[in-house]
Amino acid sequence: MSFFLETLVGGLLAGVMYSLVALGFVLIYKASRVFNFAQGSLLLFAALAFVTLTEHGVNLWLAGLITLALLILIALAIERAVLRPLTGRSDLTLFMATLGLSYVIEGVAQTVMGSDVHALDLGIPDVPMQVGPIQISVFDLTAAAISGVLVLALSLLFSRTRLGVSLRAVADDPLAAQSIGIKLDTVWSVVWAVAGFVGLVAGLLWGSRQGVQFSLSLVVLKALPVLIIGGFTSITGAIVGGLIVGASESLAELYLGPLIGGGLSAWFAYVLALAFLLVRPSGLFGERAIERV
Amino acid sequence: MPSSDGIDTLALVSSRGFVAPVTWRPNWLVLALLAVTFGLVPLVADDYWLNAVLIPFLVLSLAGLGLNLLTGFAGQASLGAGALMSVGAFASYNFLLRAPLLPLPVSLALGGATAAGLGLVFGLPSLRIKGFYLLASTLGAQFFVEWAFTKYEWFSNHASSGSISAPRLALFGCDLSSPLGRYLLTATIVALLTWVAANLVRSQTGRTWTAIRDMDTAAAVIGIPVVGAKLSAFVVSSFILGIAGALWAFTYLGTADAHSFDIDRSFQILFIIIIGGLGSLAGSYIGAAFILVLPIFLDRFALALFGGMIGTGLLENLQKIIFGSLIIFLLAREPRGLAAYLARLSRWLLPRRA
Amino acid sequence: MILPPLLQLRHVSLSFRGINALSGLSFDVSKGQICALIGPNGAGKSSALNIINGVYRADSGDIVFDGQRFEQIHPLKAARLGIGRTFQHNALFRHMTVLDNVMAGLTRHSRATTIEYALRLPRARREQWVLRERALGMLDFLHIARHAGTIASTLPYGVQKRVDLARALVAQPKLVLLDEPLAGMNEDEKREMGGFIRRINRDLGTTVILIEHDMGVVMDLSDHVVVLDYGRKVGDGTPAEVRDDPEVIAAYLGTVH
Repeated sequence: MSFFLETLVGGLLAGVMYSLVALGFVLIYKASRVFNFAQGSLLLFAALAFVTLTEHGVNLWLAGLITLALLILIALAIERAVLRPLTGRSDLTLFMATLGLSYVIEGVAQTVMGSDVHALDLGIPDVPMQVGPIQISVFDLTAAAISGVLVLALSLLFSRTRLGVSLRAVADDPLAAQSIGIKLDTVWSVVWAVAGFVGLVAGLLWGSRQGVQFSLSLVVLKALPVLIIGGFTSITGAIVGGLIVGASESLAELYLGPLIGGGLSAWFAYVLALAFLLVRPSGLFGERAIERV
Repeated sequence: MPSSDGIDTLALVSSRGFVAPVTWRPNWLVLALLAVTFGLVPLVADDYWLNAVLIPFLVLSLAGLGLNLLTGFAGQASLGAGALMSVGAFASYNFLLRAPLLPLPVSLALGGATAAGLGLVFGLPSLRIKGFYLLASTLGAQFFVEWAFTKYEWFSNHASSGSISAPRLALFGCDLSSPLGRYLLTATIVALLTWVAANLVRSQTGRTWTAIRDMDTAAAVIGIPVVGAKLSAFVVSSFILGIAGALWAFTYLGTADAHSFDIDRSFQILFIIIIGGLGSLAGSYIGAAFILVLPIFLDRFALALFGGMIGTGLLENLQKIIFGSLIIFLLAREPRGLAAYLARLSRWLLPRRA
Repeated sequence: MILPPLLQLRHVSLSFRGINALSGLSFDVSKGQICALIGPNGAGKSSALNIINGVYRADSGDIVFDGQRFEQIHPLKAARLGIGRTFQHNALFRHMTVLDNVMAGLTRHSRATTIEYALRLPRARREQWVLRERALGMLDFLHIARHAGTIASTLPYGVQKRVDLARALVAQPKLVLLDEPLAGMNEDEKREMGGFIRRINRDLGTTVILIEHDMGVVMDLSDHVVVLDYGRKVGDGTPAEVRDDPEVIAAYLGTVH
């Protein structure tokens, strides 16, 4: 039983991290209606920049600030150079553009900062801790806590503040939002900046977990199932979706793994997402789309 | 067949506006290409060119063709091209291994058929979900297949590395394992399948595909069986991708494992058709050429300009930047890809008679 | 002997999001008629059309078409039964040529399989030729044959509407539903289009139901007029009867021309 609990908790904790990554996507999807594949590369860029700075002796917090500033600049550049020329195009076209974008960012990141694997030490110990009958990794717990706080802060930001209301207006109907005086550009820029910040935190947490290397940009592939299950436009959905994916992945590995040889975490989340798509296409918390003829 | 009354059917039913008279008019261009492919090249090309440039070019063009039918013509998004190539390769390998009496073309065709079967299954979600969400299901398929071929040793005949290697390539007793032999085998298969693809694209089937791409709600109303059209696109596309995978493993690399057809391969094929031109058969070739030629060009350029100072890592990253930027640029400015630029160029060079 | 009507709507109701689009709508359309569906905006005319060919599903009531009764129908089945349809907001296949668009409309008459097309077998080649000739014939009928090779989205609006019509008619439906076929046209274009509709009805024998706002055209073209207002039927008869009906006049106050 404790084995089950331990796996479950481990899965949930991983799930919180997934939620954090998914959150970046939700923000951008809400503002610009695009699944930003390049989010993963931005994560990589963030982690690489941070690590390069600290390796050159820059203070931890300063490095964080500089990286954040860079991310915000990049986000703004993306909005201008990629999103604007492609307004009004289909979801698929935008996705393919962000695919191209991810290649550009990776290329630039690795050209400027090299393609070696870097270890990233945030000072969080990776040791197991005994909580009741189960063992939990301190790192996982801390990462989950940080992610959780961030997710909560963002939830509050978007439900309680004026910015949040503006964003929801823009997400619902950009034209109507403009007509009541909301400046789309401002909202978009802020959202992308916030998404950049989320990317930074996620990049650092993931980077310290598995090292800062190219595969970090593939973490985006984990976000897609989370978004499908939770809904692309819901922050709550990202949280719930992440938890579901994290937990079910771990449990599936535990129980189904031995039956078929293990390693199913590579694709299990997608099978789950597919099942959701067939049963509830807009996700648990997403909005339903109506097709007009 | 009665001759057309001034309206050239072939030109008319080509898709996406790529109506370059050079491509679809009286077949002299096709004949010229065939002459070059089967006549000139075998005479002048050396082993390096055959092995490193022409064979991969042909195979990638074929893969691009397959994916283009699904995504460019029928409008069904897919990131599962790698998985389908993988299935084709592993299936052909197993047929050749376990049923050695089957001639090579049959084994290849069976490999393609297996991929087609899987493509059908992966296409089923397309009946309920659209566009962007379909990517998720094809992505899942991609990961699943990679995992399955790595995990279950039966597929690779219990080779410790999980890799399959080229069988003895022979047809009617002729040994085809030389570069020239492999080239001719590849070129023949690619030419045949291109002919089939061209037939389909110009036919009623092709029309139903572009109809569901352009507006599938209207398509049903005017009597097009949307389900059948989507599934036929998946099946045909997967068959071609499967054969491309087998060729990639057998005539180009010589050996392959599950990771030869990973998500990066899927991206690569998708890039080929975006850059070359979605919905254009010629575009698949153009895209493949570009993807192959650019790295070589960059290499030589860097060598000339910077001596040996630029590492391969840097060149790879430069490639990424160029591909990525080109994709964004094309999507924004010329969604019909390089094929459209080429068509415009040919129209400028050879103006149509009014 | 009175022939049964080709189409009967019986007590059809539809509501979405709390709004009653249609309430207990019933009317008959005889074979060979041109029936106009008129009414102020939002009266439910498009909804009625959408129910007839299965794009919407009615909440209650049923439809009898050509002797077959159904409560809801899949658009594909409706097409196969012989119900054709044009759209209010261009639903042409934008990136395909005019000829391709119209040939696409003949899919339900296609018998050759994908394999036959893939290998250019004789049956497929013959079929292509036949379908192409039929499509070209329809383009000729509507005077747009010279645009056969043009990409649909590049054409002027009026021509696009005719392509839509050609595509709907090419499979020789028994009934064709025209959703505002004259919208956005000038007087000359309207006259021409009206002429085509009349010819379709007279020469091809197709029964027509059309939604139209131009009263002059409606009165001139149609044999039968059904008036809707807020989802209810408020008038049903010949153009002359409907024009003099006080309820209809009330619904249309100020807009009758």
